Amino acid sequence: MDSNAVAGLSATEFDSLRDIAGAMIPADANLGAPGADDPAILDDIVKSVGRDLPLIRQALAEIAAKSSGAFAGLDRDKREALINGYYAGGGAAIVALGRVILSAYYRDDRVLLSLKHEARAPFPKGYTLEQGDWSLLEAVRKRPPLWRDDRKELAK
Amino acid sequence: MSGNERVDVLIIGSGASGAAVAWSLAETKMRILCLEQGDWMKSTDFPSTGRDWEARRYGDFDIFPNRRGRETDYPVNDDNSPMKVANFNGVGGGTVVYTAHWPRMHPSDFKVKSLDGLADDWPIDYWALERFYDENDRMMGVSGLAGDPGVPPRHPPMPPIPLGKTGTHYAKAMNKLGWHWWPSDTTIATAPYEGRAQCINLGHCTPGCAQGAKASTDITYWPLAIRAGVELRTRCRVREITTDGHDMAAGAIYYDADGTEHFQPAEVVIVACNGVGTPRLLLNSASAKFPNGLANSSGLVGKNLMLHPWPMISGYVAETLDGGRAPITNMWSKQFYETDLSRGFVRGYTLQFNRGMGPANQAITSAAAGQLPWGRDHHRVYREMFEHRVGIGVACEDLPEEHNRVTLDSMLKDSNGIPAPRIDYTINENTRRMMEHGIARAEEILTEAGATRLFCSRTALNSPGHLLGTARMGSDPERSVVNEWGRCHDVKNLFIVDGSIWVTGGGVNPTSTIQALALYVADQMKRRLANLFD
Repeated sequence: MDSNAVAGLSATEFDSLRDIAGAMIPADANLGAPGADDPAILDDIVKSVGRDLPLIRQALAEIAAKSSGAFAGLDRDKREALINGYYAGGGAAIVALGRVILSAYYRDDRVLLSLKHEARAPFPKGYTLEQGDWSLLEAVRKRPPLWRDDRKELAK
Repeated sequence: MSGNERVDVLIIGSGASGAAVAWSLAETKMRILCLEQGDWMKSTDFPSTGRDWEARRYGDFDIFPNRRGRETDYPVNDDNSPMKVANFNGVGGGTVVYTAHWPRMHPSDFKVKSLDGLADDWPIDYWALERFYDENDRMMGVSGLAGDPGVPPRHPPMPPIPLGKTGTHYAKAMNKLGWHWWPSDTTIATAPYEGRAQCINLGHCTPGCAQGAKASTDITYWPLAIRAGVELRTRCRVREITTDGHDMAAGAIYYDADGTEHFQPAEVVIVACNGVGTPRLLLNSASAKFPNGLANSSGLVGKNLMLHPWPMISGYVAETLDGGRAPITNMWSKQFYETDLSRGFVRGYTLQFNRGMGPANQAITSAAAGQLPWGRDHHRVYREMFEHRVGIGVACEDLPEEHNRVTLDSMLKDSNGIPAPRIDYTINENTRRMMEHGIARAEEILTEAGATRLFCSRTALNSPGHLLGTARMGSDPERSVVNEWGRCHDVKNLFIVDGSIWVTGGGVNPTSTIQALALYVADQMKRRLANLFD
């Protein structure tokens, strides 16, 4: 069983998702960044749909309606304008679609490496956090108390 | 319905307050049982162990129960509220999924009526709780730095979390403005502590800590309480508290994991389900004798809900900062906490300084803010933002108002068929002015720090929605649900120890005070064991 079938998307919906994801986050060869329509990333997106399936299907249907069923046939400027306009208008469906795409995209090894970010889970290695400049606290230490002492105020 | 063996003390809920009260009462050697509707958590299940760690914040580790939708959760109708409910149902409760930010209430927070002429005073003061704050800090393991002029003296047992690049950046801006700041107290261990490993910076650890460095009561109070003889029974969802012919609590009816109904008799019942779960349970415990809900002769069960409105203001600086590689909170400012009427509102707020976000959350958040475009510009704009983010939360005090409330939803039920809670909540004018003041100050700070692309979310994505005030304490049975030591006025063997007994909410994360209060109530009970029901 293929992954889009597992997610509950039809073949037509899967094709739409691929076209839309590619328009939302296109590949950039100069940065070494794949597009969100990269097969591996798209597979991760589809596997991640889960509880958001009804919203994802709604978003795909609404984009299809806004493009008269010809999203893939629009030129690049029109595709991007349609997506940006739809997303700016808000709504749970397009927000869910964006979240699912971004969540999968920004955990792909190639994407993370293009950002000079380690491609791994945080645990068990963790990360290094430098101490920072604690001398900056000296100015604050010299301040008088800011908090109200109720015992003094109510004794007046 | 099966009947269980009677216990001396039945605690409902194993979260922040239930764990603390169980541990404290264990020394009495009474037979103590805690019923918890959720499961024990396993550190290997926490999101930071997997590559999908950021996505799970919007799934099985979401702070909102409606989105999280675990089998162990109950739904909440929050349609009529600009803020949502934050909770977690499992051993440890909300301490499993929280930022571990650990401010205490201020002394003035307990005397709002006397000092500022509105709302009500608590029947106890900061100084009555002080030693329980200290005890709780030792039990949970607090990292921080003594000497803060913004708060009363306290002595965290571990050093603070590093400032890092992001904190240093904020600190320079705050010093230029001449405003107070201090490294936050937190229950994230910065050194090995009582068997817990120290923090290794697993990113934002709100959805649980795989390292065990972040304190949650399943790894702090509960192991000690269980060793001392307390029984903790999971997957037990309480439907109602029953009463006997003497208007005393008789025990509780609950469903186990298989949906089988049980009755658990008890001499004393302690409710620890926090500001939504507790009024829900009391209202669901209505009977012929208590037609408006148990312990509700005042009519105040469910009323005076306080949620802490929490605007978030963010921006981006040229320098590369810490990103999402460390715990999210690192500093607080008490500059605007205490009342100054020249600001145009009463009471005040804490400014809470945050680090940046992980790769996916940076994208999700900035897209939702309308700052990250789709298409060709996506990569360029994203790279200007990633690891350049600064953000400040404004933790506002919302005052108690009876129209802000928890009731039972007429339609919605949980998976056991128990009526679900509904919340109705609005933000009043005083709080709105406070929010706008805080937003303007946060924008000043971020601007001083060199940030651009400022964005404000007045009721932020994942805003906390702390749950307080819905079974308030007081000495007058007509104006409060529990007395000054947590016992219900109407039912003399029924106690409440969670955030619902708060009178006012302060402008801080509440868990430290919730637990100090639970330890205080337990101490009061122990002092009165011979005449607890008089």
